[in-house]
Amino acid sequence: MGNVPTTVKHCLSYEQIIQDYPWLKRWLLEEKTNTGHEFPEFVKIVEVGPRDGLQNEKEIVPTGVKIQLIDMLSGTGLPVIEATSFVSSKWVPQMADHTDVLRGIQRAPHVRYPVLTPNMQGFQDAVAAGATEVAVFGSASETFSKKNINCSIDESMLRFKEVINTAKERQIPVRGYVSCALGCPHEGYIEPSKVSEVAKSLYELGCYEISLGDTIGVGTPGSMFKMLQSVMKEVPTNALAVHCHDTYGQALPNILTALQMGVCVVDSAVAGLGGCPYAQGSSGNVSTEDVLYMLHGMGIETGVNLAKVIEAGDFICNALRRETNSKVAKARGRTL
Amino acid sequence: MAAVMRLVYRSSLSSAMGQKYVAFSSTAKVKAASVRAGQALPEKVKIVEVGPRDGLQNEKTMVPTETKINLIDMLSASGLPVIEATSFVSPKWVPQMADQVEVMKGIDRKPGVSYPVLTPNLKGFQAAIKAGASEVAIFGAASELFSKKNINCSVDESLQRFDEVMKAAKEAGVPVRGYVSCVLGCPYEGKVAPEKVAHVAKRLYSMGCYEISLGDTIGVGTPGSMSKMLEAVSREVPVNALAVHCHDTYGQALANILVALQMGISVVDSSVAGLGGCPYAQGASGNVATEDVVYMLHGLGIQTGVDLSKLMDAGAFICRTLNRKTNSKVAQATCKL
Repeated sequence: MGNVPTTVKHCLSYEQIIQDYPWLKRWLLEEKTNTGHEFPEFVKIVEVGPRDGLQNEKEIVPTGVKIQLIDMLSGTGLPVIEATSFVSSKWVPQMADHTDVLRGIQRAPHVRYPVLTPNMQGFQDAVAAGATEVAVFGSASETFSKKNINCSIDESMLRFKEVINTAKERQIPVRGYVSCALGCPHEGYIEPSKVSEVAKSLYELGCYEISLGDTIGVGTPGSMFKMLQSVMKEVPTNALAVHCHDTYGQALPNILTALQMGVCVVDSAVAGLGGCPYAQGSSGNVSTEDVLYMLHGMGIETGVNLAKVIEAGDFICNALRRETNSKVAKARGRTL
Repeated sequence: MAAVMRLVYRSSLSSAMGQKYVAFSSTAKVKAASVRAGQALPEKVKIVEVGPRDGLQNEKTMVPTETKINLIDMLSASGLPVIEATSFVSPKWVPQMADQVEVMKGIDRKPGVSYPVLTPNLKGFQAAIKAGASEVAIFGAASELFSKKNINCSVDESLQRFDEVMKAAKEAGVPVRGYVSCVLGCPYEGKVAPEKVAHVAKRLYSMGCYEISLGDTIGVGTPGSMSKMLEAVSREVPVNALAVHCHDTYGQALANILVALQMGISVVDSSVAGLGGCPYAQGASGNVATEDVVYMLHGLGIQTGVDLSKLMDAGAFICRTLNRKTNSKVAQATCKL
């Protein structure tokens, strides 16, 4: 490419310059593309409805319904669907049918079905049931870690190390979650440096992707920005995902902020399944439908068919006998 | 190139207006993307509370005058700087606003707080002034079809009707706020061209409106359409004379408001408890909830002058009276029943 003419430096009208130097338009466009769009061109949606969503629903869902939900979601274009959790049924009765669910679903090609494996027992059961991807869950809050999984953050990392090493041997990818990334129900404010510390540990242990979760939905674009700034110093941006809860209605602006910072993986749950266990009656996960509506409206591709996700959402809400948490589904269902 | 120019414009503008910066990311790869996220946000945002008018107008239950007055007084106590009190429209069209004069005369006007009222025509304006109004509002649509279906005339004709209101307001020394509806989409026309919005906004501004509130009437907008529309409008009207009025029908309101703030807007309309459903999508939500907006703004370190807990009290009060659940997620989350 030749030198940039001096006329450009003197800032004549853009139209005039393009007229005189037609190659310049393409050059500027290429430069713009190379320095990065304002937003990612493509965002991968990780659908957590069948696991994180249902896990937090009071009503126990029959195995058949779970399988049907996952099969419907598989037909929407979603690239990742978190199918179930190999946790003890004593702790999470909703996930007691994990083996039957994993064996019962019709796995669509090009779709991944990760499952939660909190420890070696869970991991082995998952592999025996046919799992090809697993996930582990760390916390940025010591108190939350102790209250939730009965051990400190460091102890939990040791547990995960075992799982991750075994997974590596079997070439099973592992996704890492960090909960309480923007606040803890017990500790309150969480230092961004603590989040990056945990994210870094999980990444260095071998997790291919780290999902940063605003577990109680208290985050705002300000705290999201600060937290991501800190984490991005330790973990490459393309290995990061955000898992926002909509308890305070902040999920979409928080996701928008993350996208503006280069994050291009977003977790969400169809119909916004899953209330918040820390704020009775409040919403939890952000709805996949609402996220898709925003992304598509911004010209960001996801590969997902919104209408089909709404259908899947309608199905599960009927089965749960509850209203959807998705505003898009509500509006689309009732347009005059 | 446009993006570069926008950045330059904004950074020179913001240093003059003393806006605060959020620190930029250090890694070069992320820099381009994080420039937007790190963009200067206003230090202060003025919230225009439209619950008592736009909110109640779209509620099915008829609210007693006493309740309306109580609500407005509670809102005044929460620190809101502007509270749209009522509408001087014919009670034949909007029965909810039939008690406009009593409401106007009955409220406790807090010093420093503005209580604008809607005045769709000269008759309404005169009645408003008689009842003690000291600020009024007029409205235009960015969609021709919407204008015809809503007020039975074209956009240009509607603006001409307001000429006499503007004249009378100028003589009386009464400030006028302008509303533009359907700025991000129309229930009849679908897409609305940003240039059309800019045209109507410019007209209202040159007619003498001190502020133009851009309304996403059916809540279909997303950060993409919001920024395109604001780019077009801010070429015609100074950004400090613009406000956004976002509806949350598709859950996009807060994201749209965030983008507007990033583009220099510092006036946001909202409605306590998210009062007011959407007349075009039965059962769907309408106005964005003031509590949720304030939560986001305070979380960003932006000052509003609003006491969130007093605001939530007002929201709880009106929801009890209307016998309905709040549309505010913040209110739902903090109330652990």
